[in-house]
Amino acid sequence: MIEVVKPGFYSTIQDLGRIAYHDYGVPYSGAMDEQSAKIANALLGNNENNAVLEITMTGPTLKFIKTTAICITGADLSPKLNGNAVSLNKRYTIKPDDILSFGKLNYGFRAYLGVCGGFQTEKVMGSRSMYKNVTEQFITQKGELLPIKDLNTNAATSNASIKIDKTHFNTKSLPVYKGPEFDNLSKTQQKQLLNKTFTVSKDNNRMAYQLEDAIENNLKPIITSLVQPGTVQLPPSGKLIVLMSDGQTAGGYPRVLQLSDSARYSLAQKKTGDTFTFNMSE
Amino acid sequence: MSGYKLTYKRFGERSILIEWPPEINENVLYDVLNYKESIVKSSIKSIIEVKSAYNSILINYINAIDNINDAFLILKALYKPSKSSKQKEAVLWRIPVCYDTKFAIDLEDLALSKKCSIDDIIQWHSNDIYTIYFIGFLPGFYYLGGLDKKLHHPRRSSPRLQIKKGAVGIGGNQTGVYPNVSPGGWNIIGNSPIHFFDVNLQEPCFAKQGDKIKFESVSLKEYNDIKTLVEAGVYHIKQEPIND
Repeated sequence: MIEVVKPGFYSTIQDLGRIAYHDYGVPYSGAMDEQSAKIANALLGNNENNAVLEITMTGPTLKFIKTTAICITGADLSPKLNGNAVSLNKRYTIKPDDILSFGKLNYGFRAYLGVCGGFQTEKVMGSRSMYKNVTEQFITQKGELLPIKDLNTNAATSNASIKIDKTHFNTKSLPVYKGPEFDNLSKTQQKQLLNKTFTVSKDNNRMAYQLEDAIENNLKPIITSLVQPGTVQLPPSGKLIVLMSDGQTAGGYPRVLQLSDSARYSLAQKKTGDTFTFNMSE
Repeated sequence: MSGYKLTYKRFGERSILIEWPPEINENVLYDVLNYKESIVKSSIKSIIEVKSAYNSILINYINAIDNINDAFLILKALYKPSKSSKQKEAVLWRIPVCYDTKFAIDLEDLALSKKCSIDDIIQWHSNDIYTIYFIGFLPGFYYLGGLDKKLHHPRRSSPRLQIKKGAVGIGGNQTGVYPNVSPGGWNIIGNSPIHFFDVNLQEPCFAKQGDKIKFESVSLKEYNDIKTLVEAGVYHIKQEPIND
């Protein structure tokens, strides 16, 4: 068990999400920055789909009840073990009563805490990813006990670590594909879309990132059709909406772009006020 | 039947979108479902998910699609236009709805603006049979077609922050049921005591695309009785096969 002493701003359990339930209107969910979540699991020798704790902007304080191994990846939120700074992307062995806390946000927006064998919280429709009306809980709460596996004492004890390419966090250029309605835009609108620098608005969460900086829009709504994480919608206001992991499954706004997976993981590391451009990869 | 003129588009690195002409009708729906079924049945190993909406199918692949034109060709070979004007094994579901003013917070206003009685609205809404085009947006939200023109009504100018689970509403030319508590801008005319989305079931939604729904007006007393049975897990929604 791990006790949640303080939950932080928004901490949820996530794995790689629910596949094949979109047809029931259930979002995929899953880690917003799948790449960082996978690195945490890889360094622990876990399965890539093991559940991790997704930590947003402000970290939690966690007290370990039993021996395990952990690895923190993604954003740098100045993690500390019993008050001493620890490195990211490195495996650490943990003893009972150890306390993990976080401090200042240095880069990125979402950190991932992996534990040996993955978090063992409730599994619904093949996934432990927390989502309202699907899992009992949709956010971790103060005082909660998060179940984990016993540390396999045969597991390698080497404290593996790797170096991470920071481009993933600070890139200003997100690779995109044309969305289904891209060709309905005028040449001027297409240019705007691909040349303008966009800013992440304060309306950004696991469902969607809304962008500031409106672009001209005279497109008609479409018959409600399918969308997916990474779909960039152009609503009547002209302020683009990028759907993320918990995004809805269908929508009626024109879909002008589609982010590549890696672009979506990079966007998940951006916060209010961060800027970027879209870079057409076709 | 020669079939519809379909368009095939790449939709990101791992997906393809197939689109029908921009129409909402049952012929398009059955053609979509028929094609969807043949893609699923083809068991192409690289495909992990096939889903559909009113006039589109989205296919997700495990990995980035290397040769998009090859992928289009493989899919095109699977398109056999639907000859049927109905869905195989479709079911009609009779869904209890209580139109009591306890739930129907917008029913009076709706009747006023339609210059008709509350009973007229209840009768129009519960007389027709609606087609389930697809489930989406929220878990267990059914996109229904077939709302009587007389009942078309704009969404409220500002959405309510909290609509009750089971609320039956009208928004524009659509009617539907809120599967869970959520914000929403539709005009609320009733409430259904049954679960539209149940995570505990193998199939979390009782109905499927192409099925039909008929709302049946029940009294507040009947509503409460049904709710008790639903909570106890022993209520069976009335259903019948569609043969016509």
